[in-house]
Amino acid sequence: MIFLNINNLNVSIEGKKILDDFNISINEGEVHAIMGPNGCGKSTLANVLAGNEEYEVSSGKVIFKDQNLLDLNIEERSQKGLFLAFQYPVEIPGVNITPFLHASINSKLKNDKKPELDNLSFAKLLRKNAEELGISSDMLKRSINTGFSGGEKKRYEILQMSILNPDLTIFDETDSGLDVDALRIVTEGINKFKDSKKSFLIITHYQKLLDYIHPDYVHVMRNGKIVKSGDISLASEIEASGYQNF
Amino acid sequence: MNSQTTETLTKYAQNKYKYGFVTNIESDRPKKGLDEEIIKFISQKKDEPEWMLSWRLACYKKWLKMSDPQWANLKFPEIDYQDIYYYSAPKDFEEKPKDLSEVDPKLIETYNKLGIPLEEQKVLAGVAVDAVFDSVSVATTYKGELEKLGIVFCSISEAVKTHPELVKKYLGSVIPPGDHSFSALNSAVFTDGSFVYIPENVKCPMELSTYFRINAEETGQFERTLIIADKGSYVSYLEGCTAPQRDTNQLHAANVELIALENAEIKYSTVQNWYPGDEDGKGGIYNFVTKRGLCKGKNSKISWTQVETGSAVTWKYPSCILKGDNSVGEFYSVAITNNFQQADTGTKMTHIGKNTRSKIISKGISLGQSQNTYRGNVSFLRKADKARNYTQCDSLLVGNKCGAHTIPYIDSKNNSAIIEHEASTSKINEDQLYYCRQRGLSHEEAVSLIVNGFCKQVLQELPMEFAVEAQKLVSISLEGSVG
Ligand SMILES: Nc1ncnc2c1ncn2[C@@H]1O[C@H](COP(=O)(O)OP(=O)(O)OP(=O)(O)O)[C@@H](O)[C@H]1O
Ligand SMILES: [Mg+2]
Repeated sequence: MIFLNINNLNVSIEGKKILDDFNISINEGEVHAIMGPNGCGKSTLANVLAGNEEYEVSSGKVIFKDQNLLDLNIEERSQKGLFLAFQYPVEIPGVNITPFLHASINSKLKNDKKPELDNLSFAKLLRKNAEELGISSDMLKRSINTGFSGGEKKRYEILQMSILNPDLTIFDETDSGLDVDALRIVTEGINKFKDSKKSFLIITHYQKLLDYIHPDYVHVMRNGKIVKSGDISLASEIEASGYQNF
Repeated sequence: MNSQTTETLTKYAQNKYKYGFVTNIESDRPKKGLDEEIIKFISQKKDEPEWMLSWRLACYKKWLKMSDPQWANLKFPEIDYQDIYYYSAPKDFEEKPKDLSEVDPKLIETYNKLGIPLEEQKVLAGVAVDAVFDSVSVATTYKGELEKLGIVFCSISEAVKTHPELVKKYLGSVIPPGDHSFSALNSAVFTDGSFVYIPENVKCPMELSTYFRINAEETGQFERTLIIADKGSYVSYLEGCTAPQRDTNQLHAANVELIALENAEIKYSTVQNWYPGDEDGKGGIYNFVTKRGLCKGKNSKISWTQVETGSAVTWKYPSCILKGDNSVGEFYSVAITNNFQQADTGTKMTHIGKNTRSKIISKGISLGQSQNTYRGNVSFLRKADKARNYTQCDSLLVGNKCGAHTIPYIDSKNNSAIIEHEASTSKINEDQLYYCRQRGLSHEEAVSLIVNGFCKQVLQELPMEFAVEAQKLVSISLEGSVG
């Protein structure tokens, strides 16, 4: 099975080219990290994979689990097992996580032709996972992301990931804005969730996260394409002397 | 608005109005038009005492000298009052059936279809229902149980005969018939509606509810409801409304009066889902409603909650007169307009007593080419020391052919009054839709979730039995297209 293959992907927004013949391949169970300067197109890549309709894909191919990903709409991609932990999770006033995520998980289970979760078993699952991520039950009662601190929003993203159980998770700077303790809790959460079948694409600016998560590959991105790939030593290099050498 | 959102909303348009059916039942009605003879006919049909008829006729004389209010932000052709039937009842309906076995099965079936079962075994648990069909009340459930507590819950026509002293004392005491033309008209020709009396210190143990159904064509419905909560009592009341789908406009002109005595509380909720007209603005109900509550005694409280999704034209301002010291008035409203619907709705809070408090939460959602206006009037009279009001008006626009307007008037004659006002207008947010869909929700689910979230502050005020229904109704009401 081809898990994820992106081939010569070209993307622009409002006529401006952002991804330029972008290529990457990710196999089942692999953890890839992408680092790159501000504005090089990392979030664009994440959003194009998630199906955001604001971007124009002018050419290129994306295969996800043997299927042409670009043929699917946003929710179909999600139901197929793609999860994007957003760089800036949006506030949804008046909408509580419980019915929201319950509907989400059931749409996925339905798509997988598995039995849906009833209220009680879902509530249990949510409470258990929230506890492990240090999310209080008070927080579960609030409207999604509304008035949350930056770090709280990121934890909420991880909570949703842990419930939806995706095959491919894209973290868009999930580590930014987290304090040391939160970073530890979040990475523990991720590590616990990791197994031989799950794959990750981690977008980050800092080596710290990668020290905890141990990616199999690190890629350096500039001007809409990957300019160098290697192991975690690339991250140290960037930490030491920035992107000037790439 | 991106194309997918437009598409989703177009899809909603195919969800047709669910309650648009007509019950095929022969009806009994006098000739069209309004004159003294018709009023006498109505009064006679209802076997009313003389004082009631003279009151009606006096109101009719007032109405003749009045013209319809013009200040609302509404456009519709002038109403031809001679082209309306003022009374319609199922044929041979001389007296309200004593029990359900005497009710025409077609009527029972109608209410079943509307989700309001009237049969003993199937009645909604914890909700007593008065079912009004065109101009008459056809059944009232749980009556016996309520009577044991001294609670009176019956149609107003019955109350005129069984509790004349209460009706005489309070009818028209909160909404003077001369207030405006619709109140004069209603007072002259009102047909049915509910009457509630809660005795001193009784907390009504169940929701009381009236379900209004318009069935007959070209017929106006003139609802009249009167609720009196005696000292220290509590009642929660809910009304629902639907009508068949027709090409012509129909008039529903209601007057609802609430009276709360010392330490009493009345919670009044409305789920208004009259036929709104079709996608081109053809047909639909003209909903001209006067609702007013009087917090007469100290520490009394009246709370209005409304979910307005239907009607072609809505003109409605449930209000509170806060006369008793420390009394509280609340208004929670969701108004959704779609296609060519127009709503001019809001509230009036009149602070008379000391330490009176009022709270207004209004959520307007406009879609299609509709116009949605919030109109509020908060006034503090000279003796209303330390009174306060909090107003929050939020509008959500879906598409760019619709309109949202907020018109808050404030008038204070007392310097110690505290007034807070917040208002916002926003568009449905594509980032929120994207977020929901990334988590696997369909576009439709996402829109309905976000709109329901927007309305939550109001929906949570509804009695639990109806909150879920109201949420569904909000979702269904998003039907319609965006150009
Ligand atoms: N909606 C948009 N409209 C216009 N330009 C956009 C839009 N979204 C992204 N861009 C531009 O595309 C480029 C790439 O943005 P992107 O968000 O992908 O960068 P990034 O690598 O994630 O940066 P950062 O590290 O700051 O998060 C930037 O120049 C940005 O201004
Ligand atoms: Mg970014």
